[in-house]
Amino acid sequence: MFDQLSDRLQDALSGVRSRGKLTEADVDRAMREIRLALLEADVNFKVVKQFTSQVRERCLGAGVLDSLNPGQQVVKIVNEELSALMGGASREIAFAGSGPTVILMAGLQGSGKTTACAKLAKLLARDGKTAALVACDTQRPAAVEQLVTVGRRAGARVYERGTEPPPTEIAAWALEQARAAGDDVLIVDTAGRLHIDEELMAELAAIRKLIKPHDILLVLDAMTGQDAVNVAEAFTERVDFDGVLLTKLDGDARGGAALSVKAVTGKPILYASVGEKLDELERFHPERMAGRILGMGDVLSLIEKAEEVSDQSQAEELERKIRRQEFTLEDFLQQMRQVRRMGPLTNVLGLMPGMGKAMRQLRQVNMDERELDRLESIILSMTPAERSRPDLIDGSRRKRIARGSGTTVQAVNQLVKQFGQMRKLMAQMARGKMPDPQQLLRGM
Amino acid sequence: MAASWRDVFDLGDAERSASADREPPADERSGVFRRLRESLSASRQALQSELGATLFERLDAEAWERLEEALILADVGARTTADVVGRLESEVEAGSLAGPEAVRERLVELLAEVAATDDARIDLRRRPAVIMVVGVNGTGKTTTIGKLAWHLAREFELSVIVAAADTYRAAAIEQLETWADRAGAEIVRGEPGGDPGAVVFDAIAAAESRDADVVIADTAGRLHTHTNLMRELAKVRGVAAKRLEGAPHESLIVIDATTGQNGLRQAQVFAEAVDLTGVVLTKLDGTAKGGIALAIASELGLPVKLIGVGEGLEDLRPFDPRQFATALIGE
Repeated sequence: MFDQLSDRLQDALSGVRSRGKLTEADVDRAMREIRLALLEADVNFKVVKQFTSQVRERCLGAGVLDSLNPGQQVVKIVNEELSALMGGASREIAFAGSGPTVILMAGLQGSGKTTACAKLAKLLARDGKTAALVACDTQRPAAVEQLVTVGRRAGARVYERGTEPPPTEIAAWALEQARAAGDDVLIVDTAGRLHIDEELMAELAAIRKLIKPHDILLVLDAMTGQDAVNVAEAFTERVDFDGVLLTKLDGDARGGAALSVKAVTGKPILYASVGEKLDELERFHPERMAGRILGMGDVLSLIEKAEEVSDQSQAEELERKIRRQEFTLEDFLQQMRQVRRMGPLTNVLGLMPGMGKAMRQLRQVNMDERELDRLESIILSMTPAERSRPDLIDGSRRKRIARGSGTTVQAVNQLVKQFGQMRKLMAQMARGKMPDPQQLLRGM
Repeated sequence: MAASWRDVFDLGDAERSASADREPPADERSGVFRRLRESLSASRQALQSELGATLFERLDAEAWERLEEALILADVGARTTADVVGRLESEVEAGSLAGPEAVRERLVELLAEVAATDDARIDLRRRPAVIMVVGVNGTGKTTTIGKLAWHLAREFELSVIVAAADTYRAAAIEQLETWADRAGAEIVRGEPGGDPGAVVFDAIAAAESRDADVVIADTAGRLHTHTNLMRELAKVRGVAAKRLEGAPHESLIVIDATTGQNGLRQAQVFAEAVDLTGVVLTKLDGTAKGGIALAIASELGLPVKLIGVGEGLEDLRPFDPRQFATALIGE
């Protein structure tokens, strides 16, 4: 589904980009696609509306449509507005002048607070800060045990007093302990709570009042939908958080919720969790997120980098080869490497210049980075002659290539076969015919 | 209509369900409805403010757009929204719906139709019946299992064994243990970091030797993008199938109602790995509308079987499509 969306978007933008002359209707069409892409990425509806109307206004503003290169202007505006919405440069948390810096973690149930506490401690330890944790989630069964375990794994001290005392008392007690122990940072884990749960929200506000944290982080699941805005608004009102820690970004959710939260509350996203391991928490990079949300940063950077990376004559040569079905495995390898340099992408193949969506439909299997490595090693195990004329590859060559690349004959077969299909398809596309992808897939 | 627990389980054994055969008292029934309505009331208000009081009175282009916006705000997703609104629009144009009330009523009906796929019952005909519970991290798998075990024990007097096959997350076993205690269920556990398949294997064996009725297997939360973890899950399922023919008889994915459009991907990928039979939609007591469940039902044909509307043991409920749609749109 997401692939299709980013395809739609690519179509819309490339349609706009390549045109020497743009009408209002062209811009409107592109805005509709962007609107859909944002909605499918879970960007809040109201944010989407505002965004597209703002972009549209700028596009129709003075000088854009009559400029020398209106298409590129539109793409630039979209890019700029999106980055602005995500919140410019990354930010740091605020550290206390003296005594422990207190960080309060808050969020809905299941957003990943407990794990995030340990990950944050580990990240801070890399900067030479000793971070301790305190277990104030007295609600969820075994939450204290979980924090103790992950805290130990992260090498952080964990303060806990079971589930009997009220969380406020535990927090205040731990702060005393942390002061005495000379911890640089105290990270306070709290129970997950619904933003409409009066009692628990009041409790959170009470903890805040009592221990006066330097930073309050809202822990937000990257997979959250339209409701993220309500959640963020409620938490802002009750505890006025300082920033967002975005979890589960290692999934394939677009994370539009994060953008919405930023747009509505103005609070920046500070950290992003990108894996299950305790060291997989990163400082957040807004510009990467913008690209992820539209599935479009890649497109934009390709559009921009097409001019930078590959020079004009090279691109023309490539196009000529594609048209004549002279595109070789060597060219394929070069292209693959070039695009892989642009970033870690699972959809990297589909974004290669001139290949677009049909290429991606060919590649039905989830193409992870390791599979790309495998493809590379297969091609690298071929002789130059084999790379330019795959039809040379007979049974014994296949065996040799499979051995050389540490793969199987079937894998080599598959690559050669798919490459043949792809070459045909690309030639068709270059001649302006869109082949029926279903038919192609059946042919495989 | 699966409004009561009795309707949602297919016990295939009349005597067993005898104790649950009584109609729930009227006040309990209306209590359930009220509770669901209350818990969905925040979303109801939100949607009603989107829809506006007079939406169905003048159905112009703007009204249709407002309706679309409201459904999208409920996380129903662009495609399913377009389907539903498109159908309603064409019926209105054909003149088959007279008056604003009929239009509203038909909208509820259409949404309920989308939500209700063929069989939303939970198959417990086998002894032991094995239920496997899967999902991404933090959706409420362990909690759901605790509540489900409690209901099975209380409403149907079934003996339940829970299998602590989440050997990955710290303290997941302890968490399930607490729930098992509350529910009066037995627990079969392995070592932290141990083989989850072995735990499920042991739990089924224990159920057979102790003549237990139901095995509910907890599994570690995993993001569907981690292919190795999805393979592991398929393997756990394979172990169950090998140990007991036809097991697991139910594979339920737990989806958090706050989940956005990614929920569709989750359901899709988990279905490929473990052949899902249904969805449990949790955390409906917030302001999230859980519209993603409609998208999943509509696009994947996967029925919602249970919903979670609160933290209490009794807050896991059978899913009723009509009730859900009504609560979503308002009366």
